[in-house]
Order: sequence, then structure tokens, then C-alpha cells
Amino acid sequence: MKRFEYSRADAPEQAAISASTKDASFIAGGTNLLDLMKLEIETPIKLVDITRLELEQVETTADGGLRIGTLVTNSDLAAHPEVIANYPVLSRAILAGATGQLRNRATTGGNFLQRTRCYYFYQTDSACNKREPGTGCPAINGENRTLAVLGTSDSCIAQHPSDMAVAMRLLDATIETVKADGSTRAIDVKDFYCLPKDTPHIENVLEAGELITHVVLPAPIKGIHTYDKVRDRASYAFALVSCAAVVDVDDSGKLNTVRLAFGGIGTRPWRNEAVEALLTDTDGNNDVITQAADLLLSDAKGNGQNDFKIPLTRRLLKQVIQRALAGEGA
Amino acid sequence: MALLQSITQSEPTKKLTMDEPVETLFSSTASKLVGKPINRVDGSLKVSGQAHYSAEIHLDNKAYGVLVGATIAKGRVESIDNDSLKSIPNIIKVVTDPEHFLRNSQQGGLKKAPTQGATEIFYHGQPIAVVIAETFEAAREGAKALKVTYTDETDEAALNFTQELSNAHAVDEQKGSDKNYVQGDPEQGLADAAVTVDRFYHTPSQNSSAMEPHATLAHWEDDKLVLYTANQMLASCKQQVMDALDLNKDQVQLIAHYVGGGFGSKLGIAPESIAAAIAAKDLGRPVLITMTRPQVMEATIRRSNTRQRIAIGANNDGVIDTLIHDTISSNLPDEAFFEPTALSTHYLYSGKNRRVNYEMVDMNQVLSGSMRAPGEAVGMIAVECAMDELATQLALDPIELRRRNEPEKDPSKDIPFSTRKLIECMEQGAKQFGWDKRNAKPASQLEGDWWIGTGMAAAARGNQLQASEARATLQVDESKALGIKAVIETDMTDIGTGSYTVFSQVAADLLGLPIDHVEMKLGDSALPPASGSGGSWGAASSGSSVYLACEQLREMLAEKVGLYPDNIQLDNGQIKKAGEHDLTVVEAAKKGGQSFADSTIDKLSQTTGLSLSGESASQEYDFDNTDAYALAEVVAGYDEQKVSAKGQIKPGKNGKKYRQSSFGANFAEVAVHKVTGEIRVKRMTGAFAAGRILNHKTATSQCYGGMVFGIGSALMEEVIHDKRDGRLCNHDLAEYHVPVNADVPQLEVILVEEDDPYTNPMHIKGIGETAIAGAAAAIANAVYNAVGVRVYDFPITLDKLLYEMPE
Repeated sequence: MKRFEYSRADAPEQAAISASTKDASFIAGGTNLLDLMKLEIETPIKLVDITRLELEQVETTADGGLRIGTLVTNSDLAAHPEVIANYPVLSRAILAGATGQLRNRATTGGNFLQRTRCYYFYQTDSACNKREPGTGCPAINGENRTLAVLGTSDSCIAQHPSDMAVAMRLLDATIETVKADGSTRAIDVKDFYCLPKDTPHIENVLEAGELITHVVLPAPIKGIHTYDKVRDRASYAFALVSCAAVVDVDDSGKLNTVRLAFGGIGTRPWRNEAVEALLTDTDGNNDVITQAADLLLSDAKGNGQNDFKIPLTRRLLKQVIQRALAGEGA
Repeated sequence: MALLQSITQSEPTKKLTMDEPVETLFSSTASKLVGKPINRVDGSLKVSGQAHYSAEIHLDNKAYGVLVGATIAKGRVESIDNDSLKSIPNIIKVVTDPEHFLRNSQQGGLKKAPTQGATEIFYHGQPIAVVIAETFEAAREGAKALKVTYTDETDEAALNFTQELSNAHAVDEQKGSDKNYVQGDPEQGLADAAVTVDRFYHTPSQNSSAMEPHATLAHWEDDKLVLYTANQMLASCKQQVMDALDLNKDQVQLIAHYVGGGFGSKLGIAPESIAAAIAAKDLGRPVLITMTRPQVMEATIRRSNTRQRIAIGANNDGVIDTLIHDTISSNLPDEAFFEPTALSTHYLYSGKNRRVNYEMVDMNQVLSGSMRAPGEAVGMIAVECAMDELATQLALDPIELRRRNEPEKDPSKDIPFSTRKLIECMEQGAKQFGWDKRNAKPASQLEGDWWIGTGMAAAARGNQLQASEARATLQVDESKALGIKAVIETDMTDIGTGSYTVFSQVAADLLGLPIDHVEMKLGDSALPPASGSGGSWGAASSGSSVYLACEQLREMLAEKVGLYPDNIQLDNGQIKKAGEHDLTVVEAAKKGGQSFADSTIDKLSQTTGLSLSGESASQEYDFDNTDAYALAEVVAGYDEQKVSAKGQIKPGKNGKKYRQSSFGANFAEVAVHKVTGEIRVKRMTGAFAAGRILNHKTATSQCYGGMVFGIGSALMEEVIHDKRDGRLCNHDLAEYHVPVNADVPQLEVILVEEDDPYTNPMHIKGIGETAIAGAAAAIANAVYNAVGVRVYDFPITLDKLLYEMPE
């Protein structure tokens, strides 16, 4: 681990100013950052500790949504009565991730920013375009069983590892930030993550020093909330494929509402609204599910070991819709 | 008194070589403590942080070292730029020794140094230098920053096992733990068989991933090197250190009071030990090197990947004529170790045509060596899955198939089994598991979204005995309730298996003391040399030496109080007379009688030099008028109020005359998700027969551990090496998957009653590794029963099932 300066912020704006210099980083739970620093994958010169900021509240918003402070831990958010009652897909997604110990430390804002689990990203003596732009991507022709099949580029096929962010994408969450100049902005999760293209080291739209302060959920969506996570072991494993879903079926058996977001297969939390539109107002028969899966995966590209994620996603999509039609939760 | 004093000075020693079956004293002790499921005696120390592991030992002025691993898979170090660390504070220096640094870890039990040399590179991650600093953090930063120039020959490296199979070459049988074997005409037998199974199985490299990483704190006292080090076998590791650094036996001491798991990876010394010793000498201060988790995986030891051909030929009744088990495993060039997959294949089932053949390929990957149950753990995956496939073909119950091939004798060596309770294990396990309710038809049971299946496999693990010594001392200690304590000394290790506990039980039982009156001194090479921990031989080997030392004390006490070995009873700090001693036994012993009890006493008489007649007994003890004498008072009569003796066990003819093995049976129920192919183990039952059981609790825990290893081996464990540059991709516990709590369901263990007088004076056999043998096969067979898919390439991950799942 490289040496670094450490400071503790008392206010969000001040934190943003402190962290706006080159190679500065915020630290909250540190569950990913500290690992990355020990391995020198991230080498911030300056750490700005934001854990003393008053950003640990979950509040109800005027339009019936929730405003979640960035420091709310994953454990607390998953257990929050409002979340359990109205956004169970979020609660389930969070609880599917990491371990109890990690969730006790990890924060809401930090979860959005966790880095990929690609083997080559984690080994500093290996080439990796994400870690060291221009050095190449050994994963494309290498050990890529866990990596992405959607949103990839010739530069990078690293998957986004978060479970929580998949549910947030599904729920149309908005990320609120404050910048070093004191200005604030709201970014839809939809627009938050960048595709790797030829700049896989740029993973999101945050500017230097820009601090996530809150995450806002719109009013709850009616329907069956599920989060299915397919993984190699029952806990403490990243998703091979996951699917966050809210599906509502009307009395006639038609799909009123269909929302689907996927983890494990994309370079960012993956949602395709056109797939949802295709399914909405249908009876979810096998043909329409096949069409929906075709559309979802039309640009999917496996790299050998991870080819299975494509049929697996197809199977999972079908399961999620059919189960909802049968009136069952996960 | 004169006689006893001279014996004390020359360390009276009870020696036993296992040439004949022997009786055990455990049947006749007062407390019957051996066998009871008592808690670990070191448990409270461990949970309260007072059991200090090597990296936790504090020595003043300690410096920290972090190893630097090669970033190429093959080639040569041309230069190391020490100046590259100049800007990092707290760095002391870069230490390397191209000649003496260990290239590889050593295999278990060898007396010479492992391959040394830090210039020629043979695998990615090979240690080439160590950065020493005032803090661990600075050392790690330095190790990352150190600039090394290489001549990179990775292009010529052998990195793809499948591709290298065509370059397989013969093994050096003399240096292996199994040998090639042919009996009858296997290929013809196979061709003639009515029913055959003939398959290739692939198992991946695995890593032990012991919780405690390899660590050594090295410290020189003038010319003497003291290593606090994470090792399983101190006596042989000491010799490896002596050879590696050209030191004599008085110059090396190894200490390992507590070891946080080994599973084979700490049988021999690992690279950090010699690097720490060299750096400590260089600096003139203690140096601690703790390997990081990635380094443990990259640069200690792996279980080899294997390709195994299993071919079984049987008649229509399921009687096996032919068994072929050919294995190719991998290792670094010029390393002799090969995975002895067929250790149990030799004797598990009958069959007149048999072949076991080993080959290996040279790979530029970290050394392969022993990992828990080397041989059986992955060999029995192939054998027991093939047996299941044969049972399916024959439409026979898998247990019935095994019953029909139960040999009366070892079918390869034509020698009897010492004991063999495979059938009992299968029967008791089946009953507990509810095997009779099984639906043998694959893919026939869907519960919700999950296909349910059950499977079983036999277990066998060869029993081993190693030479071992221990000292037992009885001494007056007024702080103890009974005014006396026993002190047991041996360089044996406790790697989490329970040595402290079971040896305390052995000593307490034989010496008639409460367990808290026994003080264990383990894990120091200055103490009498033991077998060390490995191969599930520790309890049997080192335990027997403890037993013999205590037996010797019993006889010395008998002599002193005018009793005999067969009628002295030690009970809760008192010496009592238990019946009249059997004169005929002693008379027979004097004549060198033939019954095994007699010959034991005869040997005892020869080895101890003690008279068994009681003629020299003191007149001060009168058991006709006194029920008991306090042990403390009797011991107070010895010089310095203490008396000690040694015990020494050696393997003997019993190992050649009798096939000794633990047996068992694993049963598993799995669920396979009908959509995703995810596999979860729902429950497992294991029944194991391993002779007498020293402690039902620790033995059961060992079996749990073996079964959990089986889950990992079946479903997730796989060391992934990049086939282009040789790096170990999944080199941490986030990515190298071992079962977590959620993967481990209810496990049931049945310890099938057994008593084996051929193995050792305690009549026990190795147990820890028995439970892993076949455990993965039981799970794989359950997966087949659940979904009708057989996977021959382990681990069975969902992507290998997905395309063949039933709709």
C-alpha cells in the first residue's frame, strides 16, 4: 500500500473540495477501496474520510419515494422497513451480495462505485486497459468465465459486480451529488455508468471531487419484486447472471408492468427498456418471451468461457416472467 | 531405589515396533477417558487470542519482510534494482541469495533441502528476493515497487495441461507414494467384459488455503537459528533447514506451538522460511515474513490437476474382472512428486485383471505436492463415479454393486486386511440417510424449481504409522488438586486437528489423572521427534509414543509399589491394585510365548529392562491392607519428586503383512436448479470406520472437515492458471471458491465401531482424510441422479450442466 494523506470531512462541500485534487479518493466503508489500495490497483495520494458526514438518513420524499443518504450501510438499507415494504427487490439484491460483515461496512454510495472482479484487473503485473489504459485486455482471449457479454468492447469485457446497483437501475434511482464548486446535480442511474468503449478506465460520469450524497428512489412500483442471483456458491460469490424484476400481472393474465435489470452479464448494470415494452401488455407466452430474450441478447457476445451466460440469461428471463405470471415471488 | 535412579538417568524407554498385533490398555483403564467427546483443551486459548501463531510471536526489534515473486513463468533474473526503492521510507534493504533461496517448497518428510535457486525462473510467482522494512506496509510497498529485469522465456514455458498431455513421461516410482502395477491382462479383460465403463476424468489443481498463511519469524542467537514457523512436521523440516543453510543440528530450532491448518501445504518448509533466516542473519535482527494469500497460492504447493482413465469390466452380475486406473498429473520439471490417485484402487474392489499406471507432465506451474488425502481425494472421484456409472448400466443399487465386489483379501497383494468395515459403513450410513427411499431413476424428482438427487460413494484411506517419540513425566505439583501433574513432551504439531486434546486424553487415561492435570508441550524441535501432522497419521503415530511413554511410567510405578503391569490401576491420582496379576502370562512371556498378549509383554520386558516379577518391589507398599496410595506421594519418593520415561513407536511388519486402511461411505442429497443448473448440497451422511476413536468430538469434526472438502472438490475448487503467461488468476479467497457456511448443509457423521490391533497400541487408524475420500464422488453421483447428467470434468459448475439439463 502506498502512503497517503488522510483527512476527515465535516461537510459534503468541503469533502468535495478536499477530494478534487488529482489522485484523491473518498473513503467510507472501504470494503473495496482498501483491498484495491493494498494491491496498488488504486493508489490515491489523499483519502478524504466522509464517514462523519450527516448522510446516514433514509427519508420519505414528497412524491412518495425515498431519499437515501450515501452513508446508509448496505445492511441498514436492506433492513429498512420502507425498503422491505415498498422496494423488496432492492432489499433482496443487497442481501444477495457480499457477506454480512461486508454489508455492515459497505455504504450505498460506495456500492455503486465498486470495481470489477476481472482477474487481470486485480493483478498489477498483468496488462489491463481498465487499470492501465492502452496495455491491452488479456481477458478477451483468456480466463473470462465470469465476465460480461453485453456492453463490451475490444478494450474491455469486465463485468460490473454490484447487485444493489442492478436493483437501483431497475427502480429508476437518481444519484445526487455535490461538486467542489458547491453545485449539485442529480444523475439518473441510467446515465451514471459509462460503457467501456476504448476508455474502460472511465467507469462513470462523476467529476473529480464530486461526491455522491444521496440516492433517490421514485415512488414504489406495484408488482412482484424478485431478485434472482445465479452464482457458483450459495453466498460470498459474485453473480454469474442476476435478474432484478418487478412484474405486475392484471386480472386477465396480462403483464401490466415489466421491469427487468440484469447483473453479471453487462459491463454496467444492464437494463433494456425495449425488452420491457415488448413484454408489457402481452400474456407472456413462450413466443413473446423468446422474442424478448432475442432482443435483450441481440448484441451479446461471448468470449468462450462466458458463452454460457447467454443461454443462462435466456433461461432466467423466462423463469422470472413465468413465475410472476403464476403469481409467485422468488 | 538405586535401580530406578539409574533408569531415570538413562531415560527408560518403551519401544514398540508394530510387527505383531498388540493389546491396548484402553480397555482396562479406570477413567475410560479415551473416546469421550471432550472439548478441545486449547479451545479457550484459541478463541481468546492467547494461542499465538508464528506471525503473532513478538520479538524485540523485529523487521518485516515481504517476498517478491517473479512476474514471468520461465526465464532468468538478470538484475534487481535496489535503487528503485530509494524513495520509500522505512525500507531497510532488499535481501536475496540466488543460491540459497528456495525455488520450491519441500515435500513432506524429506531430510534434504528442496530445490533452491532464485535466478532461474520456473513459475510465475517464484520468490526471488525479499524486501525488508520497519513495517509490513513499507515492505509490501517495496516488494511491489522493486524493479527486476528478466530474460523472459515464457514463450517456451509449459502452461497448458491439456496440450502437455501428449508429452507425458514415466514417473520415478522409487520416489512416489504409489507404484505402477499390472496383474492379469487388463486390456484383454476389458475387451472380453460383458459390461464396461471406460472414461476419462479431469480434476483441476487445488490449493489447501489453510486459514493461517505460511509465516516464519527468524531469529539468530549467535550461530543458532530459531524459526517460529508454520510447519506440520518439525523434525524433518529442521533437517531441511539444516541442509538448505548448511547448519548442524545444534544450530537449528523450529517452533510451531500452534499451526492454523496445513492440509499438506506445510509438510515441508516453504520459501519464506529460508528467506527469513537469510535476512535475519544479514540484518542481525529478527525478521518476520508472512506470505500474502496470493503468495500462498502462487508459491507454496498445489494439488496437481489430473487426467485419469478409469476402465471397469464386469460380468452381467456386476462382478468386476478388470480395473484400470491410469493417471497423468503435473509438476515442475525434475520434481518427483506425482498425485498417487490409485492408492486405494489397489485394494478397494476385487478383480483379477488390474492396472495402475502413472505418468506425469512437466509444467511451469507452482510445485504440486500433498494436499489433504493426496491420492484418494481425487482418485476416488474417478473410481467411485465410474462405479456409479457401472451400477446404472447394470441397474444395480450402487451399494449392492460394491457388496458384490467386496474382496476377502487385498486383491493386489494377496494379504489380509487388518480390519475392513466397508460393508458396515455402507449399511449404517444407508440406514441413517434413508437410502432405501431413493428413486434410482435419474431426473425423476422435482421439488419446486429444484431437481433432487441422491448419491453415495465408498471411502478408503490407507492407514499410516510413522516413527515417533515422546516423553512423559510425572511430577509433584502442589498447585494441582491431586498434587501431581503429567507433562508430555514431543515435537508433534497441532495443526487444528486436536493433538493437544487427544494426547491429553491418552495421558490422563493411562496415568489416572484428570485432564487438567496434563500439561502438553508440543511444537518445538528441541523436544523428542515425532511423526508430525500429515497423512492422518499424527494421532496414531505421535499418540502411540505418548501412550508408550505413559505405559512405561505405569510399569515403573508398578515396580516401585510392588504391583505388576497387568494389575496396577491408576485412578484419579491414586495407585490401586486391580485383581491378581496373571502369573501364567508372565511365565509365558519369559519363555517368549506365542500369543500376541504374551509377545507384547515379552517385548516390553526386553525393551525396558524391567523385571516383571515384582521381586524388587519395596516393602513399604502393602496392597493387602491398603486400598490405594496417592500417586503424588509415590512420585514424591523419586529424585526431584518426578519420574519420566520415553515412548517410541516404529512401523513394522504389520504394515506389510496386513492391508491397513480406514473405510467409509459418504451419502449426499443435492438439489439442482432446473433453470440455472446451480447445485446445492442439501445434506450429507458419512459413516467411517477408523479403529478406536480417541475423541468422538474431534474425530467427528475431522470428518465434517473432510466432507466439506468434498463439497468444494465436487462443486467449486479450481486453481486457474492462465495458459499464456502462467499467472494464477484466482489467487485469493474471493475468487478461489471454497465452501462457505451457506454451502454446507446438515452433515451427519457416524463413527462405526472398530478396533484394530494391528495398527498401533491404541488400535486407532487415520480418520481426517478418510472422510474426504469419495465425498466429492457421492455428490457427483447425486447430481447424476438429480438431472441425469454425468460431468467428467471437475468441479461440476453450472455451465457444464446447463446445456444438458432436462427440460
